[in-house]
Amino acid sequence: MTTATTAGSTLQPDALRGNGSVIGDAWTITRRQFWHWRAQPGVLLVGLLFPVLVTLMFGALFGGAIAGPETEYAGNYYAYLMPGIFTMAMLFGVESTMTAVNVDAAKGVTDRFRSLPISPAAVVLGRCMADMINSVAGLAVLIGAGLLLGWSPNNGLPAALAAFGLLLLLRFALLWVGIFIGLRASGPEAVGAVQILVWPISMLSNLFVDPATMPGWLGAIASVNPLSATASATRELFGNPGWNDGSWLAENAVLLAVCWPVVITAVFAPLAIRSYRRLGG
Amino acid sequence: MKQPSADFAIDVGGLRKHYAHSPDGTGLNGIDLQVAKGSVHGLLGPNGAGKTTAVRILTTLLQADSGTAFVAGYDVRTRGREVRRRIGLVGQATAVDDVLTGRQNLLLVGRLNHLPAVAAANRADELLQRFSLTDAAARKVAGYSGGMRRRLDLAAALVVAPQVLFVDEPTTGLDPEGRRAVWSAIRDLVTGGTTVLLTTQYLEEADQLADRITVLRSGAVVAQGSPDELKARIGHDWLDVSLTDPDDLPRLRELAGQFADGELQSDPGAAHVSIPVADRTRALVGLSAALAEAAIDPLDITVRRPTLDEVFLQLTDTDVLPIDRTAASA
Repeated sequence: MTTATTAGSTLQPDALRGNGSVIGDAWTITRRQFWHWRAQPGVLLVGLLFPVLVTLMFGALFGGAIAGPETEYAGNYYAYLMPGIFTMAMLFGVESTMTAVNVDAAKGVTDRFRSLPISPAAVVLGRCMADMINSVAGLAVLIGAGLLLGWSPNNGLPAALAAFGLLLLLRFALLWVGIFIGLRASGPEAVGAVQILVWPISMLSNLFVDPATMPGWLGAIASVNPLSATASATRELFGNPGWNDGSWLAENAVLLAVCWPVVITAVFAPLAIRSYRRLGG
Repeated sequence: MKQPSADFAIDVGGLRKHYAHSPDGTGLNGIDLQVAKGSVHGLLGPNGAGKTTAVRILTTLLQADSGTAFVAGYDVRTRGREVRRRIGLVGQATAVDDVLTGRQNLLLVGRLNHLPAVAAANRADELLQRFSLTDAAARKVAGYSGGMRRRLDLAAALVVAPQVLFVDEPTTGLDPEGRRAVWSAIRDLVTGGTTVLLTTQYLEEADQLADRITVLRSGAVVAQGSPDELKARIGHDWLDVSLTDPDDLPRLRELAGQFADGELQSDPGAAHVSIPVADRTRALVGLSAALAEAAIDPLDITVRRPTLDEVFLQLTDTDVLPIDRTAASA
């Protein structure tokens, strides 16, 4: 009977099995994402280019109106805008994390992973590495676009690298938010609702506009938005024009750009891990 | 601390699971289950009986509230990873990645089972061939038919020959051909020494595949045994009598009454009566003699065991509590 040997073990695959490691398993799961990108280059490309589109939308359409003649960044709105766009791209990354996590859970892929002899940490870490790689690629595309449009980092390479470090730190923090929401969302509709919310969250900040131009209470909210801290800090590190009004928030932007992601991670990483465990009731 | 028995691939005692948000009782209310190594065990029950809950606990996807559960000799609660090294799971939802190709899906599972790259690739190709998916191997799963997805899902569970395979309603939504392919794969596995726990709503499936069957209802075991035992224990045997002359029907019914252990059944207008009997041999001999004495000429008399469907309906019908009846009469 040919079939019995096949279903049994012609290969004796069990004898070949190693014990695996968290990092090795995580890398396998990361590579699965590479396969996804190769299978759906359009999805990857839209994800990478969408922030460029937003850059052009704001820069070319609203830029002239926003950066009126009396502002510090008059004449080159892109110098102000790009750090905001970088920050926005980190926030938008939440969508892909959230969607991927939600789809995997809904389709039973998460259960398949959970029934394999791998650590839950490997599954989360694999997602984490894939999304961070995607974000680095997204930032690279945006840097290219920014340089073409007239933006430039002016404080030297170490400061610029520190700025990118802060951006990726924010992305890392938001990853946990994405995993948490992706696991808790009931389905694609719920995920879609959250995807809309990233717009007001990114608008209600200093990413595109100086909060000083907003009504007082709104400006106050915009100023404490964690996204504003990262944008301000990177503007400072890049030597780009910012909105330093001398307030405590503005003076300590770099400190805040470190603290906010740490706080977000401290809150959402445990929540995300708990939700993952809760899948097991 | 309870120790697992070496003879059982699955050894479950007093397993309970209560869902806070599910008052209709899809949890488990303390079930016991022993599955001998190398056997196929059918977990049979209607929707909401707790079949999937049991499978999810045994595959470490879900934590039980209380009770013990050993799979392949390891406690699912404390030695989950050891359990997962030895099991395969074919869940109710086909857990395949739509965006990947069939081959990539199997490679992924092979690598996550810690097969070296070459071994994972060989095994993937072998399984693709086994499940007639070679032609579709390089295509995205999104374009697969339901049957192809099911077969790929089953293949994924067999990437490393599991000691214990859990199959949760494997043929739901499959065409007869796909169903036969799945059945033959399961039989082959058992030949290779794998123990299989199969949940199903189809009695035919349990009857075809399972050595023993556990019937669940509302999270509790209502009956357990081999398919034949269940049929014998729960159901009546039937004597089916057909007549040449329909006019003899009233007299047949009268005679049959002495042997019947319950209501006679007959279709209106048909010269045919089904008689539930407690002792089929005595009933057959007795009724034959009585018919001969009354000069009634039967066209046919046959003895029929109950079908599992009848057993199942009786066991899972909420108005009937066969386990109580058995206990009372025992």
